[in-house]
Amino acid sequence: MYFFILTTPIKGMTLESRNSHGKIRRMKLNLALAQINTKLGDVDANLAKHLDYIKQAKERKTDLLVFPELSLTGYVLQDLVASVAHKPTEDDPIFKHLLKESHDLDLVIGFVDEDSRHRFYIASAYLSGGKVLHVHHKIYLPTYGLFDEGRFFAWGDKIRAFDTRFGRVGMLICEDFWHASPPYLLWLDGADIMIFSSASPGRGLNDKEKLESARWVERVTKAYASMFTSFVAHANRVGYEDGLHFWGGATLFDPNGEEIAIGPYNEEAITFAQMDLNQLRRTRARLPLLRDERTSLVQKEMERILSRG
Amino acid sequence: MVDLTLSINTDLAREILTGFIRSEITRVGLTHAVVGLSGGLDSALSCALAVEALGAENVLAVRMPYKASSRDSLDHAQLLIDQLGIQSKTIEITDMVEPLFKLHPDISKMRMGNIMARERMIVLFDQSEVFKALVIGTSNKTEILLGYSTHYGDSASAMNPIGDLYKTQVRQLSRALNIPAPIIDKPPSADLWEGQTDEGELGFTYEQVDKLLYLLVDQRYSPQEAVEVGFDEKFVSAVTARIRRNQFKRMQPPIAKISNRTIGYDFLYLRDWGT
Repeated sequence: MYFFILTTPIKGMTLESRNSHGKIRRMKLNLALAQINTKLGDVDANLAKHLDYIKQAKERKTDLLVFPELSLTGYVLQDLVASVAHKPTEDDPIFKHLLKESHDLDLVIGFVDEDSRHRFYIASAYLSGGKVLHVHHKIYLPTYGLFDEGRFFAWGDKIRAFDTRFGRVGMLICEDFWHASPPYLLWLDGADIMIFSSASPGRGLNDKEKLESARWVERVTKAYASMFTSFVAHANRVGYEDGLHFWGGATLFDPNGEEIAIGPYNEEAITFAQMDLNQLRRTRARLPLLRDERTSLVQKEMERILSRG
Repeated sequence: MVDLTLSINTDLAREILTGFIRSEITRVGLTHAVVGLSGGLDSALSCALAVEALGAENVLAVRMPYKASSRDSLDHAQLLIDQLGIQSKTIEITDMVEPLFKLHPDISKMRMGNIMARERMIVLFDQSEVFKALVIGTSNKTEILLGYSTHYGDSASAMNPIGDLYKTQVRQLSRALNIPAPIIDKPPSADLWEGQTDEGELGFTYEQVDKLLYLLVDQRYSPQEAVEVGFDEKFVSAVTARIRRNQFKRMQPPIAKISNRTIGYDFLYLRDWGT
């Protein structure tokens, strides 16, 4: 385990100033990205696979294990949505197992969330220490081309960073980060670690080394890490649903926009990578993009643009 | 102007398509595939992909000649069977289709061709039961878009690994999979009657039409935009008319809706539901 005990706080670090867990800090985070296949609509079978990956991750002293979008359910759910929904609570027959495991390592789980008024959301839950620290509801539901999410799911309406024992984190799901504003807002809300999860169907085969969809996702996640001088981790699923194919290729980029780890394409894998959280400080000392971001100018111009009528 | 070579990364195509075959067969608890091998390129490619996905011992090739089928077709199919080292059966359809032909002395070549294609479908699906296998489709994107197939005949299958590849791309991938040269080099033909060739019957070459289809379908060009970049106006309108006219072949028959929940409209599940 990588523990680092700080006797004096580092001044000027977002991560430090927002920490509420005292002075003991891990400055290195052992991350694992699980790119799994799922059984469409079979939550029990998918839970068993989660528990198997959690076991593997624990053997490698993992601090945080990230699963892809809709990892408990499969992706093209259509009329299965209502029957696979779960609430991330201790008395839920699925989540009780995952919450128990979260005493040993933090988990990001993809699932269908149902609110008290029976709206269904594509969701990611961050579990830690037996508790649900945060649930993100997918805010952009692609309903074009091969996608039909808006027909079956409710739109999330919050973009919030949240505190974890590693610092402040933001989560987004697939189409959320095809738009520039959600990562930007998370950055301004204090997220130093962005966790993206996807069920990205492969498309656009030409003579290039990678599919167009894979190249696009890698390009933008790398760009966010660079522009926001933050860690960006991405877990994408693998396998097939009818003719759709999910390409995997989990990635971790550091605050310099450098690739720290990349998982294999088109096969199940767990990719281990270490995040040196001190890199945030070193990068931002060199490149103070966060310090210099002119948020009130953004606000002023947004107000002008949106009030044009 | 977009790149019209339609060139693909064949390693990646192989990986995705073999993974698809493996996934679709194993998720229903099976291990075997059956392919109707005509001696032509499309079925050769589907068969080679199935072998790569499942192993030679798990693929059955079925040759289904009619008495007027060309000798080359049988020989070319055998070339591939030998190269891949797979099991094969030859089931001649002449005695199955002739009684129907004899009932209609004035039967047209088109009707005979359709009957033969559907008879082969019957044989293949029957063999799939014997071999505990799924039938692998052999229709490429060009012929699906142009409707150049027999409805419920050669277009019928349990899954189709090559249906998103244009004929030009089928050729490219076939070279990468070392399909025997005589199969790649010969003029494409349904071999339903002597001297029939696809390009003769369609009135244009695959190379020409694939470029146009790629612009119209993949790149979402309007017909007018396709003309503006140099395609002949009559050619463009003939092709767009064919695409539209043959939409029925690409769909399940519509069900008349009278209930609140109707299969096809609001009873929506993937085939892979639960697997």
